[in-house]
Amino acid sequence: MYAFDVETPSSVAEAVAALKDEEATALGGGQTLIPTLKQRLAAPEKLVSLSGIAEMKGISTDGGVLTIGGATIHADVAAQGDYPALAALAGNIGDPAVRNRGTIGGSLANNDPSACYPAAVLGTGATIVTNTREIAADDYFQGMFTTALEEGEIITAVKFPIPEAASYQKFDQPASRFALVGVFVAKTADGVRVAVTGASEEGVFRWSEAETALNKEFRSDALMDLNINAMNMIGDLHGTKEYRAHLVKVMTRRAINAIG
Amino acid sequence: MPADGGIGASTKRREDVRFLTGNGNYTDDINANGQAYVYFLRSEMAHAKINSIDTSDAEKMDGVIRIFTGEDFVEVGGVPCGWEVTDRFGNAMQEPRHPILAHGKARHVGDPICAVVAETLEQARDAAEAIELDLEELPAVIDMKSALAEDSPKVHDELESNLCYDWGFVEENRDAVDEAIKNAHHVTTLELRNNRLIANPMEPRVAIGMFDRTTDEHTLYTTSQNPHVIRLLMGAFVLGIPEHKLRVISPDVGGGFGTKIFHYAEEAFCTFAAKAVNRPVKWTCSRSEAFVSDAHGRDHVTKIELAMDEDGNFLAVRTDTHANMGAYLSTFAPSVPTWLHGTLMAGNYKTPLIYVNVKAVFTNTVPVDAYRGAGRPEASFQLERVIDKAAYEIGKDPIELRRQNFITEFPYATPVAVEYDTGDYNATMDKMIEIADLAGFEKRAAESADNGKLRGLGVNCYIEACGIAPSNLVGQLGARAGLYESATVRVNATGSISVMTGSHSHGQGHETAFPQVIAEMIGIDPSQVDIVHGDTSKVPMGMGTYGSRSLAVGGSAMVRATEKIINKAKKIAAHLMEASEGDIELKDGQFTVAGTDKSVAWGDVTLAAYVPHNYPLEDLEPGLEETAFYDPANFTYPSGAYACEVEVDPETGKVTIERFSAADDFGNIVNPMIVDGQVHGGIGQGIGQALLEQAVYDEDGQLISGSYMDYAMPRADDVPFYTVDHSCQTPCTHNPLGVKGCGEAGAIGSPPAVVNAVVDALRRAGQDITHIDMPLTPSRVWQAMQS
Ligand SMILES: Cc1cc2nc3c(=O)[nH]c(=O)nc-3n(C[C@H](O)[C@H](O)[C@H](O)COP(=O)(O)OP(=O)(O)OC[C@H]3O[C@@H](n4cnc5c(N)ncnc54)[C@H](O)[C@@H]3O)c2cc1C
Repeated sequence: MYAFDVETPSSVAEAVAALKDEEATALGGGQTLIPTLKQRLAAPEKLVSLSGIAEMKGISTDGGVLTIGGATIHADVAAQGDYPALAALAGNIGDPAVRNRGTIGGSLANNDPSACYPAAVLGTGATIVTNTREIAADDYFQGMFTTALEEGEIITAVKFPIPEAASYQKFDQPASRFALVGVFVAKTADGVRVAVTGASEEGVFRWSEAETALNKEFRSDALMDLNINAMNMIGDLHGTKEYRAHLVKVMTRRAINAIG
Repeated sequence: MPADGGIGASTKRREDVRFLTGNGNYTDDINANGQAYVYFLRSEMAHAKINSIDTSDAEKMDGVIRIFTGEDFVEVGGVPCGWEVTDRFGNAMQEPRHPILAHGKARHVGDPICAVVAETLEQARDAAEAIELDLEELPAVIDMKSALAEDSPKVHDELESNLCYDWGFVEENRDAVDEAIKNAHHVTTLELRNNRLIANPMEPRVAIGMFDRTTDEHTLYTTSQNPHVIRLLMGAFVLGIPEHKLRVISPDVGGGFGTKIFHYAEEAFCTFAAKAVNRPVKWTCSRSEAFVSDAHGRDHVTKIELAMDEDGNFLAVRTDTHANMGAYLSTFAPSVPTWLHGTLMAGNYKTPLIYVNVKAVFTNTVPVDAYRGAGRPEASFQLERVIDKAAYEIGKDPIELRRQNFITEFPYATPVAVEYDTGDYNATMDKMIEIADLAGFEKRAAESADNGKLRGLGVNCYIEACGIAPSNLVGQLGARAGLYESATVRVNATGSISVMTGSHSHGQGHETAFPQVIAEMIGIDPSQVDIVHGDTSKVPMGMGTYGSRSLAVGGSAMVRATEKIINKAKKIAAHLMEASEGDIELKDGQFTVAGTDKSVAWGDVTLAAYVPHNYPLEDLEPGLEETAFYDPANFTYPSGAYACEVEVDPETGKVTIERFSAADDFGNIVNPMIVDGQVHGGIGQGIGQALLEQAVYDEDGQLISGSYMDYAMPRADDVPFYTVDHSCQTPCTHNPLGVKGCGEAGAIGSPPAVVNAVVDALRRAGQDITHIDMPLTPSRVWQAMQS
């Protein structure tokens, strides 16, 4: 680690002001950022902690929309009962220490290609709320570790329109237990959405062929003739491209079966 | 006493009180007045020529005390190797110099090039970043077989090739084995890899060097399994410090699994630097650093052939192994694929002819050395896998094929130079069949099938040689050390006892188990006995803990010393009771005179020893303290039979272990609960090897699995509840306790059980699969099912 200062603003406005400083970086739960700092892979002069901002924390449901503050920890999302598939997803991220520090805003800002939340956000068709605007999920994710966020922009909340039914099926990478492949399937007012994480070199993506097939017929057999192109899949120590492509199909089928 | 606290009692581990309440005293908990910190700048390239090192800017930075490079160590010795193997042509192995800091070339990712000593660790790191290294990348030597090609680049330019040795054992059998295999009715061949592992003890390595200018005394605190070995190797061979001026202390050590046996460059560095900068110098290994600086384990590539007659009787075994040494020879590295591996190739079977060939190879990877089991897991794995394959090929039940070839008469001299003293392989097999409920397997398999899962059953046997080792024998085999053990039993005036043992506990529970033995012998409460270990200034020269030797060898030394104590105490008791020594009996802490009601208590005798008013001073020295050095007459040979049941998810290839049963013969047992724990831990590590763990280098010599993001350690939910049993006991015939050792068994016996089970599951599902290399990750199993 290099030396740095820490600021602890108590409002979004103060945080935004503090982040104007070019050398400043937002700090959520620190579960990704702190290990990076320890390895000296980043050298911010100032960390602006978002964890003391009350308006960025908490969960509420209104008119069928679940709103989660950007600084809300995974454990709190796991404990809510209005959107069970999302609760199950959050409850299966990392270990208790990670779930009690890591935040939804941090996870989405980071957009790790193997992270779980991106699948839920894209799979539900959620909206990312920042200090300046609202970004639709389909516009937000722009490839591995890349998002629509501008420099200094803060995720203050995420709005999930609660779907009719949904399921997230995660196949663990054996070492990190991030998603080797994770598939989020939701039956929403606008039709079925299928979002895949862990698998692609391009980060989280929607499997549109599957969506089309499932909109015709919501049965796992509907996927029978579909195949995902292995070309853009991640291939590494834990699984070849072909294996990941295969798992996408298996996990999608399991999600459909779980929804019933 | 001590039915409740002596031999055979499952006494709770007394050391756990301090470990579990955060009161352990680990090396990193120790801080010396005025200590400085060292940061090692390590090579990021696998193989590189060091053109120049410019430290001038770095030296000017805040807090920097001194920066060391390889140049500073040309006058001192390199890190020594403790075992010299002679090749099959009678020549000594090739033994390259292993400098404290890389000199001329860097030979693996993680090889230390510079050491920055500064006031704080952060300052040392800052300065390390300001060092200008001019490294010229050289082609990396990674794959063992290519490393032996004529035109391969060399890891060590001064050596003839990358071949450390080409070992044949038993060389005289070579032709006979070839002939037997050529003429056999059936030969089963299996090619496999024993995956490279990283031990990952919970506590990373730490070293603190200190130097006292007024006395010329060096002190090294280090996370070692054998402080005296470090004192000898480092003092005599690296730094030239006489032993009376060098104290090595290993306080609480958080796990070792072999990787803390070896003498490491960082220990020598801290000792050297403490004198050079006249400050205590501390190094704490980070977890990332541990991946590229702790010795790795295993990494064998093997072809094994098993020849049988038409009835399935084993006729001959021939193996051909490439063993990775890494870039330098770690302390005991040459012995692992040879004497700790070839001598076990008979397994539990009466195969008359065996020939083992091992080529040890230098590569641009971290040095490889002993890891839990060391050589014996590699032997057991290939043998038990090839037997499983053979059973399949000739259509025999794998249990029956094993039984038919079991050694049943003891002592048994194997064709690979060892003599098993005792064992009963049918007994452990029977016990395993019972506790594993093999009779219920088909029913469970049907239930799994109903759930869409493939169930498989793997069984295997193992034998190991532990309680290492007879010094004269290992001397002939190339060891540059003796392998006896020492103990001093110091009885205090009021009867309590301190035992100074050369064994070292780093998780094994010596502080609990050793007192149970003494309590049993004397008949006092075990709480009256304390164990002192891990400090060369306190305990007599001993060889430390590895190879499941602590109780078998260290415990035997303690028994011998206690016997001397009892003999002397009886003389004192005889004097006190005015009886003849031959009539004195000791029971429950009371000395009695046979046939009378006279008695004198243990405490009265010990007090008399130190307050010798009424004492036979003309015949007997006062005091009650005895030392014994015990050199074992043979290895001990624990053995057992294991069964593993797995479920394979045919859609994803994921393997889950549903049941695991282990029937072991460890001879006599001192503390059954500690033995359970050792077996559980060993099986956990074996399952880790079989399903999860792999240290993988890419072709450039970068360690791809260099953190827990990619190196999969077993977690609680990866392992089942084990059923373990050690009621089959054929006591060791040559040590006074009749014990065999239990530390490595689980890690040796479990990998073949797991792999046999997965292969069985796939075969039952109609797949023509004979082998999958470890670790059996979901993707590998799925891949195997596709072809
Ligand atoms: C052992 C372990 C296991 C894990 N397992 C999983 C898993 O299974 N699945 C999974 O999905 N994740 C997993 N994670 C990641 C975890 O969910 C992290 O919490 C998450 O990736 C980052 O969230 P954070 O709040 O800790 O962010 P930080 O680490 O504090 O920040 C990450 C990045 O986001 C930025 N940032 C933080 N908050 C905001 C905000 N509100 N607005 C804008 N930018 C912000 C920071 O500047 C930084 O660049 C794991 C992590 C660990 C350590």
